[in-house]
Amino acid sequence: MKVHRAKRVEITIEAVMERRLTEALERVDVTGFTILPVSGGSGRSGKWSREGQVSRAAGMINVVCIIRPERLNILLDAAFDILDRHIGVVNVTDCEVLRAERF
Amino acid sequence: MYDILALAAANLISPIILFFALGFAAAMARSDLSVPEAIAKGMSLYLLLAIGFKGGASVAAHGVDATLILSLIAGVILSFILPFVAFGLLRKLTGLSAIDAAAVAAHYGSISIVTFVAASSVLSYAGIMAEGYMVAVAAAMEAPAILSALWLVARASGSPGQKGGRMDPRLLREILLNGSIVLLIGSFAIGATTGQQGLAKIEAFIVAPFQGVLCLFLLDMGLVAGRGLRQARGLLRPGVFAFGILMPLIGASLGLAAGLLLGLSAGGVVLMMTLSASASYIAVPAAMRVALPEANPAIYLTLALGITFPFNLTLGIPIYMAVAQAVTGG
Repeated sequence: MKVHRAKRVEITIEAVMERRLTEALERVDVTGFTILPVSGGSGRSGKWSREGQVSRAAGMINVVCIIRPERLNILLDAAFDILDRHIGVVNVTDCEVLRAERF
Repeated sequence: MYDILALAAANLISPIILFFALGFAAAMARSDLSVPEAIAKGMSLYLLLAIGFKGGASVAAHGVDATLILSLIAGVILSFILPFVAFGLLRKLTGLSAIDAAAVAAHYGSISIVTFVAASSVLSYAGIMAEGYMVAVAAAMEAPAILSALWLVARASGSPGQKGGRMDPRLLREILLNGSIVLLIGSFAIGATTGQQGLAKIEAFIVAPFQGVLCLFLLDMGLVAGRGLRQARGLLRPGVFAFGILMPLIGASLGLAAGLLLGLSAGGVVLMMTLSASASYIAVPAAMRVALPEANPAIYLTLALGITFPFNLTLGIPIYMAVAQAVTGG
């Protein structure tokens, strides 16, 4: 079966920034993404867990986008405007998709 | 003084405060006791609906007077002023940076609606009446402190818009229309519109089960506060810890002065003191993460939720009640 090259961008960011990030992505026509809850982790600020948090301030989410390679920089520029001052992780990996017309 | 302490000790022995203490102790002892997240969220919605509706129904029964408007104005002024007091105290007592101090200060100018609900419940348990419109005062005190904190940061950094905070219209809308405020004010408006007749129709839902639900909710809050405190023990240098205890007492004193100037009842004064003494740990932390992401959330969450919230619930509210009763003779 024929597969097509694509980029998978995974952004882990604070839950309070979710809407700002997804709207920034939509403004540059990145309309396909998946948002996942993050149950806990550990980073430069120490360990944290979603369990028992009463404030959205402490939660994190994962936004995953799969896009055509030539659109990667547009996405990263849009995301960076939002992520600039905030904690979070952005990583980009190569991937392959079956139906290129969908991305 | 002895009378005040004796009254405070008597008020301490109420089921809601003891259930909070149970949750707190269980968390500190690393028990696996937990309340599912969805149930905690459901209980929080129930409590906001109940307290808002009862406040509105009380206003409908007793009518609206100038004190309501003056109380709202006093609440807003207190919320603007308290962050400046907190900021000054933090800079004196702790080595926190201006950004961290301003972020903490915002929390202490704003309010904890759960502390307010607990104080209302303790008053009702003790048979002390309070002005129903204090619910609206609570809602009005939520946001102004955030503006004060952002101004403090802008002044400290000397370059507004650079490293300072950001308050865009969207953030303002998110703060003013956060779910808790919408439900609280909405329920208050419905209670005020439908009055005692409306209350009679849903009384079985919002009056009788209220204390029991609050006990379970505060058990969960005790667990959350205890876990937060356990995880962030390292941050609690003596100055920071002292601030978490001193600031609510200073806030309560300003609330007491405002309540007396307004001529509120003993219960109203207690609620004004409690609002001024409490620190937000839901709405303001979220706003600070957007507006002041450089501030360390572990500091303000631990202080507001791990120190001041338990202090207010276990010792603060009984002390405020005893002082208000002694001063007003109520």
